[in-house]
Amino acid sequence: MRVMQIDRRRFIGGAATGGAAAALAAWFPAWAQPVSAGLKAQLPTVSGDDITLRIARQTMRVDGKVSRAIGINGTIPGPLVRLKEGQQARLTVVNDLDEESSIHWHGLILPFHMDGVPGVSFPGIKARSTFVYEFPVVQAGTYWYHSHSGLQEQIGHYGPIVIDPKDADPIGYDREHVIVLSDHSQLSPEAIFRKLKVNPGHFNMQRQTLGGLLAGEDQPLKDRIEWGAMRMDPTDVADVNGSTYTFLINGHGPRDNWTALFGPGERVRLRIVNASAMSIFNVRIPGLGMTIVQADGLNVVPLPVDEFQIGVAETYDVIVTPAADRAYSFIAEVNDRSGMARATLAPRAGMVAAVPALRKRPLATMKDMGMGAMDSGAGGGDAACAPEHAAMGHCTPADAAAAGDHAAMGHGAGGMEHSMRDFSVAPQVKRDPSVQTISPMPVDRMGEPGQGLEDVGHKVLTYRDLVALERNPDVRAPSRSLDIHLTGNMERFMWSFDGVKMSDHHEPIPFIEGERVRVNLINDSMMVHPIHLHGHFFELVTGKGDRAPRKHTVIVQPGGIATFDFTADALGDWAFHCHLLYHMHAGMMRVVSVRPKGEAA
Amino acid sequence: MTRAALLLAGLSAFAFAVPAAAQSGHAGHGGTHPAPMPMPMPEKPASTGAGDHGQMEMPAEATCAPEHAAMGHCSPADAPPDASADPACPPEHAAMGHCTPTIAPRTEPMPSGAVGTDLPAGDAPAPPPPGDWYADRLYPKADMEHSRHAMMLENGAQTTAFLSFNLAEYQARKGRDGYRWDAEGWYGGDINRVTVKSEGEGNFGEAIESVETQLLYSRAIDAYFNLQAGIRQDLGHGPDRTYATVGFEGLAPYWFEVEGALFLSNKGDVSARIEGYYDQRITQKLVLQPMAEFNIAAQDVPESGIGSGLSDMELGLRLRYEIVKEFAPYVGVEWARKFGDTARFARAAGEGASGVSFVMGLRAWF
Repeated sequence: MRVMQIDRRRFIGGAATGGAAAALAAWFPAWAQPVSAGLKAQLPTVSGDDITLRIARQTMRVDGKVSRAIGINGTIPGPLVRLKEGQQARLTVVNDLDEESSIHWHGLILPFHMDGVPGVSFPGIKARSTFVYEFPVVQAGTYWYHSHSGLQEQIGHYGPIVIDPKDADPIGYDREHVIVLSDHSQLSPEAIFRKLKVNPGHFNMQRQTLGGLLAGEDQPLKDRIEWGAMRMDPTDVADVNGSTYTFLINGHGPRDNWTALFGPGERVRLRIVNASAMSIFNVRIPGLGMTIVQADGLNVVPLPVDEFQIGVAETYDVIVTPAADRAYSFIAEVNDRSGMARATLAPRAGMVAAVPALRKRPLATMKDMGMGAMDSGAGGGDAACAPEHAAMGHCTPADAAAAGDHAAMGHGAGGMEHSMRDFSVAPQVKRDPSVQTISPMPVDRMGEPGQGLEDVGHKVLTYRDLVALERNPDVRAPSRSLDIHLTGNMERFMWSFDGVKMSDHHEPIPFIEGERVRVNLINDSMMVHPIHLHGHFFELVTGKGDRAPRKHTVIVQPGGIATFDFTADALGDWAFHCHLLYHMHAGMMRVVSVRPKGEAA
Repeated sequence: MTRAALLLAGLSAFAFAVPAAAQSGHAGHGGTHPAPMPMPMPEKPASTGAGDHGQMEMPAEATCAPEHAAMGHCSPADAPPDASADPACPPEHAAMGHCTPTIAPRTEPMPSGAVGTDLPAGDAPAPPPPGDWYADRLYPKADMEHSRHAMMLENGAQTTAFLSFNLAEYQARKGRDGYRWDAEGWYGGDINRVTVKSEGEGNFGEAIESVETQLLYSRAIDAYFNLQAGIRQDLGHGPDRTYATVGFEGLAPYWFEVEGALFLSNKGDVSARIEGYYDQRITQKLVLQPMAEFNIAAQDVPESGIGSGLSDMELGLRLRYEIVKEFAPYVGVEWARKFGDTARFARAAGEGASGVSFVMGLRAWF
């Protein structure tokens, strides 16, 4: 097998080009990439029409500590797979493990049998065997790949994909860097999962304490009692967190300090991929604004922000233009603020910038328990912000801006107790021990930046800010709508859709080929869930009409609703799941089927 | 904004693409003043379109797509289109909610000129689920069956084994010092489990006083509680009784871990037990655990030293330090008291009816 494998030490970031030339940069030989010496190891890159990826056991060293891992072509993250829109991709995946493996091409539009989910799209890649993926590359942008077998993704089986557009790239840049965020533990993923099962909240080392109460921190006593009555812990923000994780950037721990070089005044494109198993990050570069130009691989109207939340499996491309001859810290703080990934952007290797302290961890609110509509009256409407204006992005309804509003918690928490598990609110949800709560009054939270980001004092991205650069390909009205409840029990670490685990239910969620459906994801839990639909892009319903942002993964905020429209145009069976690895592993997954009209059983 | 504009230089299509950030602050607008376009819109006023769909920029052949017709939004071909849009309310204003066209949409109200994701969803029925798996058409069916089964098990059907010592302690008190343990283990899935409980105590230098072992089937019955049923075997001092038992275990409101059971002995005696504890975190690692246990009997069982009614209670207070969550040494104090006939039986046997112990031990799980 002939493989065009480019020198591993080649820098991914070196392309000093702009506009259309950017696409060509990938085809320059390694030596032609204008890079500085001394930079820490960059991601190796593979490209061309015939690529080989070899999955094997190895060790990895993070902040000086060695642990067992699974890598691809000898590295973690795996090599950057650089493709070009319009080419035919041929990727030979060699599984050198003693167990089954797979590679799923996250966000790529391809025939279902090349999607790489064992048991759904193909039989998996058996131990010590090879599978050849072949598909046309029909899109451009930043994506990633990872194992869909067991818990392999947690220990290194992931890597980035960059697809250069076949025409001129509307995003002009002088230089680019790929930034793969991930989480790493010295514990085996099996041990992590088991601890979650037997001791929910095991990794939470930021609980409310008596000491905190006496010091006047966190919730006042009254709220603690009310929350206790509901058996709800407001500090339960991330199931697995910095108490066991080290957060990585391109495989490097915070002390390793991976460094990306720039020339002052250059427009630098950062292609940021969240390849974590369980970690939702809040990304910022203190002192440097970012302009979001791409979300989940597709271009959006450029949007300046100071910070954004990136769910597991999401990607964002941002442009930064550091003018000064100084270093900047790239900070990806995990959403419960128990740790951070850190890298440095600098004009020269060896420079460092100040690293901000972790901010105070957020506490969940009544809104995170699905009582979002409570604080604005029974109707949940806001007279000053009529829905059609809100839908156009002219204003934000008051209730959508009230996250973190403790005033909302003041009333009726105790009285709410009996309605925290009212199945009449969601008749489709199975009455099951896997359902701890049903959101009594969930609201659309796509206009909110995420837990702990409501009052950080600078501009934080919300989904409602995103506008697709190109008109949506299908602007038909959905012919029907479908509610899917995201259900779970934090005390049993059970996670499901509509109260039904993947292991309980074989039957897929059916769609007819070509039909357009509105899907309401209703989060009945107090945890955030990044939900991924394989094989399709969907349009977020955020009032952007035919310029709705198109995504493959959407964060559904705790106790909130996220709505998307999608066209079921990809024939076959597809996985649909929460991209928090242990949530999926606990059952938060279903199969979606897309069949020609009339073919259904 | 400058940055944004530069980005888009040369791509005239983006002339309309005002970043969303520029659109905030319009909450108060009203009337018909021309406001910045909030999103890209077709430039030409769509006066020839069909009613409210005029500005949807539909492909010609899709002027009345079937799904729209189905929703009553338009009539295919033969029906003449609406004469024109209301000139006082051009579609692009209507789309922004600035005004409502006087020519009302023919059917149900809809934000005039809404496009794409702004359109309401219809109520078409969901299709039935398919009866086969698509991958079976391309891969050997047996291979797919195998991996499908594995995938199902992998996502939610795990079994777990767990062993914990809530108490494993040395008890210092008047008279002989003693020891005590309280352990529980289980194996199973989320709903069904086999549970083994063991507790016992004794004094150093004497035969073991009591050993109680339960083998239970445990089933999750709601979000927080498990129903448990099985057998209990007592060994040690006194008659070695066997019991049938049914009980519950779970998390009560206010974070109380509680457990209760009814016991029916092979001699027909009925008794019950309820116990609970609360973990008060003082710091992230220092935990104060008050606990209480009550035993109740329906009748006197003199040979076991048990009297009817509330036979005994135990109150404990333990302070543990979680070096790691799985391994937490503790110190504490325990007060135990027997009541009624149970106390009488104890005194008759030369034992005290109540006593205080200072304890030190280890809470651990695996």
